Amino acid sequence: MSMDIPYIVDERPDTGLTNVKLGIWLFLASEVMLFGALFSSYVLLRLMAPEWPVGADVLNVPMGTFNTVVLIGSSVTMVFAYASLQMDNLAGFKKFMGATIGLSLLFMVVKGFEYNHEFEIGNFPWTSTYLAIYFTMTGLHALHIVGGVVVNAYFLGPGSKLWETNKTQFTNRIEAAGLYWHFVDLVWIFLFPVLYLL
Amino acid sequence: MSDDVQHHIAVYKKVAASLAVLTTLTVGVSYLDVAVPLAVTIALVIAATKGSLVVSFFMHLLEEKKPVPLSRGGIGLIIGSLLVTALFFLVIIFIPLMGHSDKVGTYFSLPNANAPTVETPAAH
Repeated sequence: MSMDIPYIVDERPDTGLTNVKLGIWLFLASEVMLFGALFSSYVLLRLMAPEWPVGADVLNVPMGTFNTVVLIGSSVTMVFAYASLQMDNLAGFKKFMGATIGLSLLFMVVKGFEYNHEFEIGNFPWTSTYLAIYFTMTGLHALHIVGGVVVNAYFLGPGSKLWETNKTQFTNRIEAAGLYWHFVDLVWIFLFPVLYLL
Repeated sequence: MSDDVQHHIAVYKKVAASLAVLTTLTVGVSYLDVAVPLAVTIALVIAATKGSLVVSFFMHLLEEKKPVPLSRGGIGLIIGSLLVTALFFLVIIFIPLMGHSDKVGTYFSLPNANAPTVETPAAH
């Protein structure tokens, strides 16, 4: 006898949702509070600081802009990966999911160059309050990217076997992974202007 | 089903184009020489617009309106829990204001006509 997790394929009658979708949204709600606390800390630190640099004077705005476009692009390929599964097209899914992972890795490489440059010129998390909150927020965001890449790579590789046995369940999983990924994109949409432009 | 997906794909493309335009705009505006409060407002308005595009269309929040329980006309568990989250998010974002308005330990006095005035030495 197998113990299946209930309502991961069909919607639960009283919620009108699969447990997958409700679960990921509740998780994202907790993530809103996690990043919300850091944004709040940012506001507090900045209001209380005797001096605060303009982000553009410290960071590389073209690199940040490039990364913003890359991450939004990865969100776009992610919705196309999901749409491919809805159209019963596993090959299309693999193509777009591969692109999503590629763009995510590109984002991390650019971020790595940015961090490396900061370290080279002696800008460390303990150098100033601005750099402390910059490294904390972008570092936590980068950890989220890494987590997303691991999950997406699993679904592109071994996880895609589920498609052969249960298409709906696999599609639901990709929807949940996509919701998480768009959230990571959403956080960056706010991080970029707050840290780089203001 | 397929028509529905085709419609979604057309929307995704429009949203992607809008996000690209708004990203260019937010960087472009940051080079303008405007006062800090205005710059912050412009940047946050653009970021909020981009964010709502992502949430509404990529995360399909506009389609998550299933009432709970289904027999009654509710707003749905997803939107319902997000509203609660938004409320607490606002609380946490405004916590710095409490620090700002906290005057415990700081000396201050209200204007009082009967209070003796402190003689300040004339500047030479």
